Amino acid sequence: MSEEKLPEPHSPAGALDPFADPGLPAHEPRVTDIDEKAARRAERQVSLLFVISMLATIGFIASYVSIDKYKIIDIFFFGKIGALNLALGCTLGVALFCIGAGAIHWARTLMTDEEIVQERHEFKSDPADREGAIREFQRGAAESGFGRRSMIRRTMIGAMALVPLSGVVLLRDLGPLPSVALRHTWWGKNGKNGRTLIINENTNKPLRPEHIVKGSLVMAKPEGLNVDNHDYLEEIGKAAILLIRLEPDEIKSKKQLEWSYNGVVAYSKICTHVGCPIGLYEQQTHHLLCPCHQSTFDLADDGAVVFGPAARSLPQLKITVNEKTGFLEAIGDFAEPVGPSFWERG
Amino acid sequence: MKKLSARRRHPLAAIVVLLFALAATGGLYAAFAPAKSAQAEDAPSSLAVEEGKKLFLSGCSSCHGQAGQGTSDGPSLIGVGAAAVDFQVMTGRMPMQQQGPQAPRKPTAYTQAQADQIAAFVASLGAGPSVPNRDEYALNGNIQEGGELFRTNCSQCHNFSGEGGALPEGKFAPPLKDVDPKHIYEAMLTGPQNMPSFPDAIMPPEQKKNIVTYITGVTKDEPNPGGLGLGRLGPVSEGLFVWTIGLGLVIAVTIWIAARTPKARTK
Amino acid sequence: MASTHADSAATGPIPDNAATKTADYFDERLGFYGVAKKNLRKVFPDHWSFMLGEVALYSFIIILLTGVWLTLFFKPSMEEVVYSGSYVPLQGIHMSEAYASTLDISFDIRGGLAIRQIHHWAALIFVSSLFVHMFRIFFTGAFRKPREMNWLFGFLLLVLAMVNGFTGYSLPDDLLSGTGLRIAEGVVLAIPLVGTYLQFFLFGGQFPGHDIVPRLFTIHVLLVPAIMVALVTVHLALVFYQKHTQWPGAGKTEKNVVGLPLLPVYTAKAGGFFFIVFGITALLGGLVQINPIWSYGPYTPDQITAGSQPDWYIGFLEGSLRIMPNWETNLWGHTISWNVLIPSLVVPGVMFTFIAAYPWLEAWVTGDKREHHILDRPRNVPVRTGFGAAWIAMYLVLWIAGGNDIIATHFHLSINSITWTMRVLFFVAPVLAFVVARRIAMALQRRDRDKVLHGRETGIIKKLPHGEFIEIHEPLDAEKLHVLTAHEQPAPAELPPAVDENGVARKLKPGQKLRVRLSKFYFAEQIEKPTAEEFKEITSGHGHH
Repeated sequence: MSEEKLPEPHSPAGALDPFADPGLPAHEPRVTDIDEKAARRAERQVSLLFVISMLATIGFIASYVSIDKYKIIDIFFFGKIGALNLALGCTLGVALFCIGAGAIHWARTLMTDEEIVQERHEFKSDPADREGAIREFQRGAAESGFGRRSMIRRTMIGAMALVPLSGVVLLRDLGPLPSVALRHTWWGKNGKNGRTLIINENTNKPLRPEHIVKGSLVMAKPEGLNVDNHDYLEEIGKAAILLIRLEPDEIKSKKQLEWSYNGVVAYSKICTHVGCPIGLYEQQTHHLLCPCHQSTFDLADDGAVVFGPAARSLPQLKITVNEKTGFLEAIGDFAEPVGPSFWERG
Repeated sequence: MKKLSARRRHPLAAIVVLLFALAATGGLYAAFAPAKSAQAEDAPSSLAVEEGKKLFLSGCSSCHGQAGQGTSDGPSLIGVGAAAVDFQVMTGRMPMQQQGPQAPRKPTAYTQAQADQIAAFVASLGAGPSVPNRDEYALNGNIQEGGELFRTNCSQCHNFSGEGGALPEGKFAPPLKDVDPKHIYEAMLTGPQNMPSFPDAIMPPEQKKNIVTYITGVTKDEPNPGGLGLGRLGPVSEGLFVWTIGLGLVIAVTIWIAARTPKARTK
Repeated sequence: MASTHADSAATGPIPDNAATKTADYFDERLGFYGVAKKNLRKVFPDHWSFMLGEVALYSFIIILLTGVWLTLFFKPSMEEVVYSGSYVPLQGIHMSEAYASTLDISFDIRGGLAIRQIHHWAALIFVSSLFVHMFRIFFTGAFRKPREMNWLFGFLLLVLAMVNGFTGYSLPDDLLSGTGLRIAEGVVLAIPLVGTYLQFFLFGGQFPGHDIVPRLFTIHVLLVPAIMVALVTVHLALVFYQKHTQWPGAGKTEKNVVGLPLLPVYTAKAGGFFFIVFGITALLGGLVQINPIWSYGPYTPDQITAGSQPDWYIGFLEGSLRIMPNWETNLWGHTISWNVLIPSLVVPGVMFTFIAAYPWLEAWVTGDKREHHILDRPRNVPVRTGFGAAWIAMYLVLWIAGGNDIIATHFHLSINSITWTMRVLFFVAPVLAFVVARRIAMALQRRDRDKVLHGRETGIIKKLPHGEFIEIHEPLDAEKLHVLTAHEQPAPAELPPAVDENGVARKLKPGQKLRVRLSKFYFAEQIEKPTAEEFKEITSGHGHH
């Protein structure tokens, strides 16, 4: 609709230009343009740069052949650094840099610096071409019958739309379906209420509650999960825990107290934000900080979030002691999925 | 073989040989030495305790109480042991200059002899970890296992290269670079300030030795084979470097390339 | 001298030598003389800021060259091996083949560390030069018609560069790169409805699985680079075809292009500059250590290091995640993690869509449909300059937030207060930056006006006969006068009268009111350009002031 068009906000170009373009200034010669001596000097400088480059390449090859790859040298400011890396990087750098510097110095001093003016063409095609092209297209389209024969058109569009589905379907075997994998960890391997020995990550041995004194921190994993397992990384990424000791009267939540053993509590080490392992434990405040995004959890308050982007408390693992052996054991699995949130988590 | 010869030429080779030799002698010593018991060993002389008490009363008791029982300004020292005292005093953290989120490291106010006397006095208040002997923190541990233990227990706070890291509310895990191996050992043993402790039952002495060996060998003495280390802070310092020096150099060159060559106006 | 040689070469007989014969051979089959004749002396304007894109192009080529070399030695496999190379502190440690082979490249293959470091430094320079190049295009309005499409191609290149940087960073499977992948996994999981499935398909099962490194390898060395090479080709072809923009200046118009010829000057300068960029990157590779993966250790999901950071160009995403409040909702048994979705997808999505769409947004507001080949001086379009500054401020806040832990330890600040400060600054800093940049631009326009009317301050003080001290102002030369006043000052759009000429109430589309409001926002407040009359009056009246 023409009446809905807004006026062009632009003033016509140049109408308000109070000082006319003086036009391209006359070219002035450089020293090297008029003084052959200066030009020769520039030529020598350019060649010198190219010669330095050649020497540097020879230096590169010589360094590669002669410098021991494990040699460490101690030089001012840099400290102890690798000799071969230094030599190769510097010689290659100089060799390349001098080629570039030579070429540019050449261009700046000896090649012309007289500016050239070229016309621009308008990108818009002229009306005759425009009309011609559209006519040709219309003719071709009409000859194909694409517009007229709607059955062909529709079935072709249908076929073209469907065929990429094969490609999508082929991606199905990229991985298994999630199923319930994110809900369970190695701790639940021995059934819902089965008990799993808690293994000290340092010593690979079971733990006794009295080992975990106040103020100490133990990283632990379930029995049977070893580096040799094929799925070790996937499993430890869910099953890693840490244990600390609190005074029973410091524990704020009833559930936390019930799931602890004489003040020893076990929590997932995997952050509920995006899954980094959290181990920055402050023994005086009982706060646990994630080094990735600074979510802070209060272990004296059932792992509640006190700062940062994590939304959920750290999951606690219910533990007890085996009466016969005196070792700490986990009772069943975590009650909720560990690690980052996901759609089906609930 | 290639591997062996390669290893021999490695810059750390000399250290490794030394470590093996030390490990061998240390192992022999350990085999024949009597099992250690924290209290029986070097029982402090009563004289040291007396001297330590004097130092304690003048330097420490205002916060920790006359008998080390603790006050509102400082925790109880009963049962913290001699190792804790040696660490806190000899790294200059104690006595504190002012109350703050954390006692920082500073030049020590006491001599080692005086620190030993204070330690003897505090140890006499209640049993606790004693100062480790030289063999326990000798740098002849297993550096590889030390690395694994370091990454499991330490690097989350102290950073992969021991540069330290941030903790909540202005607190921080200090850098480990120039820390005496003995003090690293004592810190693990006693858990100073907000650092958790790693008592022998959950991290046996030989593992602590391995960690000390790793920290000293890798985070402190290791060369940077690739050149300037940029503080070994990881991508942040690399990013700053590329925006300042890297791109700065390149842009300086663009200015040179595009600059007009001076004209000959001498006529 | 040089010119006389050149003149005789251009007029003398065509040489009948081997080179000409070879060229003839190909011309008979390809017919390229016509194209060559037209283009060998094609003109390129010379300005340092026009070379920022070249920096990006050259670092991209360096990355391709060094990258190919690295693939000869890197093993993209997550099979577990026990390390037995020469780096003593990791001997006997379990790790993936990818990590072990990266250690081999760094220690046991001569020159491997140098090439790895050149590759990585070039990547960092690549992305930063892309940003600086885009800033130049943005602030000078070079994205205007007819170059909007090329802006979009460049934008896609920026996004792909960041994607490929991240995939490359993830390949060595060290503790930092694995941590980065873990965070990426958390982000994928947070996607509503399909997140869990996407994660399982991407990683071939649970995190980290055994597939992600080889898959990222294919993406990193084949898929993304192939698309990028294609886009770079189109991008350059368009620059060539549409001819470069130029700064306003004497003899420069919308209808011409003034500069130096492709052969020889531009070839020598551009070709030489490639070697210089390569040389600087090689020097960095030899002198400054980057990404010392051996000191990070192999990745396992239960280990972490303080100061876990991505490369700088992903830092803004990291910061965005760090300062987000912990919002999460649970609806009908489904979890929506706003604390992950907003900072990692919505914020960057909005920020980058704004950049991509800006040429069309501005064209819509201004209603300008003409071609533009003369660049704007940023001060002459204060609102656009303000938008650019606001965007950069927002990006910087996120970037700084991504390093809040490093800042906390180095400046002895509380990480919690830094985070809170950044939360506030995320909203405040862009507004401030906009206002400040716009004001500075206007102030500079005012100064231009003063300069035109009163000349340049020479700093020379003169005492007049009656004792008054004045500073001598030197009038500007004709070129300067032209440059300072050649810009357009569009009038803001006005709404048409409420009723048309027939007295019928006019219907307005909803967008029109917005457009008028935006147009006023862009153009309502302007510093009047000096007119020729004003200039004449002042300069003829009295010589000084």
